[in-house]
Amino acid sequence: MKKRFGPGLALFGIAVWFVGTNPAWAAGPLTVTGAGATFPYPLYSKWFYEYSNSHPGVNFNYQSIGSGGGIRQITAGTVDFGATDAPMTEEEMAKLPGPILHIPTAIGAVAVVYNLGGVGPGLRLTPDALAEIFLGKITKWNDPKIASHNPGAKLAGSDIVLVHRSDGSGTTDIFTNYLATVSGEWKSKVGRGKSVRWPVGLGGKGNEGVAGVVRQTPGAIGYIELAYATQNRMAMAALRNREGSFVLPSLESTSEAAAGAAKTMPADFRVSLVDAPGKDSYPVCGLTWLLVYRDQRDEAKGKALVSFLAWAMHDGQKMNAPLLYAPIPGPVVEKVDNTLKQIQYKGKSLS
Amino acid sequence: MMSRTGENRKDLLFEKTTAFFALCVLGLTLLLFALLIRESLPAIRKFGVSFVTNSTWDPVLEEFGALPFLYGTLVSSFLAILIAVPLGVGSAIFINEFAPGWLKTPISFLAELLAAIPSVIYGLWGIFVLVPILRDYFMKPVSRALGWIPLFQGPVYGPSMLAAGVLLAIMIVPFILSVSREVLATVPQVQKEAVLSLGGTRWEMIRIVIGQHCIPGIFGATILGLGRALGETMAVTMVIGNRPDVLLSLFQPGYSMAAVIANEFTEATGDLYLSALVEIGLVLFLLTIVVNFAAKRILKRMVPGSSKRAAR
Repeated sequence: MKKRFGPGLALFGIAVWFVGTNPAWAAGPLTVTGAGATFPYPLYSKWFYEYSNSHPGVNFNYQSIGSGGGIRQITAGTVDFGATDAPMTEEEMAKLPGPILHIPTAIGAVAVVYNLGGVGPGLRLTPDALAEIFLGKITKWNDPKIASHNPGAKLAGSDIVLVHRSDGSGTTDIFTNYLATVSGEWKSKVGRGKSVRWPVGLGGKGNEGVAGVVRQTPGAIGYIELAYATQNRMAMAALRNREGSFVLPSLESTSEAAAGAAKTMPADFRVSLVDAPGKDSYPVCGLTWLLVYRDQRDEAKGKALVSFLAWAMHDGQKMNAPLLYAPIPGPVVEKVDNTLKQIQYKGKSLS
Repeated sequence: MMSRTGENRKDLLFEKTTAFFALCVLGLTLLLFALLIRESLPAIRKFGVSFVTNSTWDPVLEEFGALPFLYGTLVSSFLAILIAVPLGVGSAIFINEFAPGWLKTPISFLAELLAAIPSVIYGLWGIFVLVPILRDYFMKPVSRALGWIPLFQGPVYGPSMLAAGVLLAIMIVPFILSVSREVLATVPQVQKEAVLSLGGTRWEMIRIVIGQHCIPGIFGATILGLGRALGETMAVTMVIGNRPDVLLSLFQPGYSMAAVIANEFTEATGDLYLSALVEIGLVLFLLTIVVNFAAKRILKRMVPGSSKRAAR
């Protein structure tokens, strides 16, 4: 017994000393809770870690339960902020107890990957060809709609095996949003969503599931997050954007798309970046958002949240690229800074 | 059973405590059932019976029919049983009756090891090893030779109902194997020797002994395996192809109830969508109950009074 007492007392002493000397801890650390999207989770967890290190006294607890869960929890008010890969619909926003702000934090791109022996990366696909492949109308790799743009590639008459995400995901939302934008037939037959009724193809669970099936199946084509495709060195297709140039997915071409959309960015940031203008912009990308109420219920938490968001838009953005998320372009950051000023507690701005 | 003469307060307390725990289990089950019904009410009201007869699953238009998932769960599970029962019972007979001593331990140890592997590992192994092997060395040749039979029709992708059935079979073999071994071990040595002493061959001995003694137990083992197969989620979703269509061909992709819940629940935003997913859970729950009840009835009819042993 005596032996165990020593370290315990020492720890207690350290704790007393810590709490006593650090005024922010005197009232116990402040924990801000959040829930939502899984796609930006690696980035957010890095942010929370770095922010808590440089701002002692504020802790974050984030559950990456999916965008749908994030929206449900923020609607119910069980978390301080939500996170989503697809903007909330009008119908969803109507259920909220108060006005909500969408704060864009990063841009994700969706890469079209394929498995064609003898054909390297950079296969060129037009929006038409891509939509018809996913509608099941183009079924062979040597179809003139593909071959005519790839004169050098040895495309055999093999079957196209289509692979899509089987789990509901923001990636699917961005991808189907793109197809619905470029193809009227896709829009009327399938539509856009985190899960849709695919006309053809196999479903793989998660990025790893789609990547696994594409890798194992000759003649397969699928779509996955750019970060995952880059890390796993998969062959990615160059897609033709609205300016007519074929662009490979990359952080640069993704940021380019956001810059192209910046001029027309609406005040609430609920915007789709697919098929964005700009000569070098990659057409299949989308924003991911944090969701916060404009009227905060707790002054201390609201203050912490606002200062964290301001930090995330500036210092935090520098951590995006190393983790393969495209940063929010400068002009948009300025707009977000203004939006953050709206966050208030009982009518008083918190920033 | 228990003698009541020496009963004292401690005994009574013990009895009440255990009764409380038993009621907790019952209560939890009822609560689960009630919750499933409550949460699926919107979908039940909207779709009624058509929920299990409609084969369209369209989250965008909010039209939900669960038939493809029901079909996929049943077909993949029965396929698994079809493969796993001969494999499991056969190897149990071999281990117990024929195998030399030095082989018994390693085989049964390895089989039990199979049961301890997490299902996501089975799924990954399925994607990277089993599916390519099945596709290149079984499905392609069979499709070329027997492609005119509806069961083997259509293009060969790899991920398919067949792949799910085979993977599930591998996952449930250890259960069937170990329960079958225990059942076989309950046969009195005297009976076996009696058959042999009457001039019976080993095959006759096994046939008679199994026919007399072990069928209910083996049936119970099968139901245990079926229960696992019906609810298996991760491994199935990784190899079944996740296509919500009712397709007769085993080479075509399918979908299962557990898989669609796991896949779509986290990102389901609409109330009706969520409710439809919960209703699939309810259907799965009812299906498991029906299968278990049916099994008990069949068992009772086969050997009166033996259901207890088999259910063990």
